[in-house]
Amino acid sequence: MIEIKEVNKVFYQGDRVINALSDINLTIAQGTIFGVIGSSGAGKSTLIRCVNLLERPSSGSIIVDGVDLTGLSSQELTLNRRKIGMIFQHFNLLSSRTVFNNVALPLELAGMAKSEIKTKVDGLLELVGLSEKSDTYPANLSGGQKQRVAIARALASDPKVLLCDEATSALDPATTQSILELLRKINQELNLTILLITHEMAVVKGICTEVAIIGAGKLVEQGQVGDIFAHPKTELARQFIRSTLDLSIPEDYRSRMQAQRSSGSYPLVRLEFTGASVDAPLISQVARQFNIDISILSSNMDYVGGVKFGLMLAEFFGTEQAAEQALAFLHEHKVEIEVLGYVA
Amino acid sequence: MSLNSAADWWAANERLVYLLIDALGQTLAMVFSSGFIGFALGIPLGVLLHLSKKGGLLENHVLNRSLGIIVNIGRSIPFIILLVAIIPFTRFVVGTSIGTAAAVVPLTIGAIPFIARLVEGALLEVPSGLVEAAQAMGAKPQQIITKVLLPEALPGIINAVTITLVTLVGYSAMAGTVGGGGLGDVGIRYGYQRFDGTVMFITVVILVVLVQIIQSLGDHLVKRVDHR
Repeated sequence: MIEIKEVNKVFYQGDRVINALSDINLTIAQGTIFGVIGSSGAGKSTLIRCVNLLERPSSGSIIVDGVDLTGLSSQELTLNRRKIGMIFQHFNLLSSRTVFNNVALPLELAGMAKSEIKTKVDGLLELVGLSEKSDTYPANLSGGQKQRVAIARALASDPKVLLCDEATSALDPATTQSILELLRKINQELNLTILLITHEMAVVKGICTEVAIIGAGKLVEQGQVGDIFAHPKTELARQFIRSTLDLSIPEDYRSRMQAQRSSGSYPLVRLEFTGASVDAPLISQVARQFNIDISILSSNMDYVGGVKFGLMLAEFFGTEQAAEQALAFLHEHKVEIEVLGYVA
Repeated sequence: MSLNSAADWWAANERLVYLLIDALGQTLAMVFSSGFIGFALGIPLGVLLHLSKKGGLLENHVLNRSLGIIVNIGRSIPFIILLVAIIPFTRFVVGTSIGTAAAVVPLTIGAIPFIARLVEGALLEVPSGLVEAAQAMGAKPQQIITKVLLPEALPGIINAVTITLVTLVGYSAMAGTVGGGGLGDVGIRYGYQRFDGTVMFITVVILVVLVQIIQSLGDHLVKRVDHR
């Protein structure tokens, strides 16, 4: 449905040349929810804006529904954009129009008759669950409601593709979930292809079927969401996966931590389970086999695409030798281990 | 002044009263006709200034700079000089350089660049994301102007209208120079040159009330259309 072929985007800032995108190739199949994740400044926003040519790529082509957008005249492009819906981080609703009239805008632009607009808009507001807010102005809506209006507006011209530019980044976690659910619903009901960019791995995990990771203007990894979570190949991918787990050392532990082992102190270890780790109850096996006690400080395990993965912070109480054997055992079973220090 | 003595004054100065009423009519005619023509020409000019800007919808550096320079020249000429400087043009347009109709020409010429800059400022307040959203949904440039930019900038534009009308009330006082009449003219001729303090006082009070009414109406309208 969307084909991005060898797209480059170069910005000039005075004498400086900034390669915002280099050699991007992506193919997004009809009906998928495709996520592009990257940290800020990685080029993800430029990438999604290239798809409907809000940003014209310096080279390469963008093919949406079989039409190469880069080759169109500006009038043809305007008409083709009506087949591509887009929602934004800051909603971009017109403050001078009511909810109803905001959703009606794309239809007015296309010259649809008033009575038809009414039927269409009422249906869309029903779909996003905002029928009773029809005559309200956006200023009186919550962030989540504004994004629902924006989604209804984006769907008004029956697009084949929906672009989501950080659509949930300005929303709280609960609202984010409800918006993601709505996106999933329209993906299934309307068989809409969705391309979304985000910096939150939770969003990707929540609804995407496929994901690409972008860093410094290059796509570094892409594939099924489960595969990426289970077998991240690049450091960048691992960082994003870790960011969804986010385990930090509690402050009082940090202050009691030493770099060297002394008598009466025990190692604080970070264990990282990936798709490669042996799928067995490793923690209790280690405890039994090497006669050590394991105290789990915090742990965040998850299950995506048939794979268990996650991070764990744990103290290993036992003799120095036993602890080392235990860590070696875990290492053999493909658990990534990092001894953070020794806590007295 | 009690109600009685006001009535006495009224009876004793009937001619002056009619003079003031005429003058008020002339002021209103000058302010609103020049304001109206000024908006008809100044608003499109302001829109053009905004659109031709760098990164604007119809980016055009040469056009933007030329318009900018013309507008700045218009804004920098003191009104009293503009009034006499364009007398040939005024004569060409209305056939005479004396009278209320003749005063409308320089008032309009003075108002256009003023309005253009104010409208440009009002359009600048429209978040660029809205224009982008409209582009993304397939709006033509002309549709972006009429359906997004102008409606979204409406509170600011109404504010610009109010400021312009109030300024025009002030400018119209100078129109007496070309025989345009109006309250300012009465104030100068009867109040200042004939040392009639009462007339001076009355013209000033009427002007103050007029400005208050324009400003309140403007504020009220802004409140009604502003949903931000």
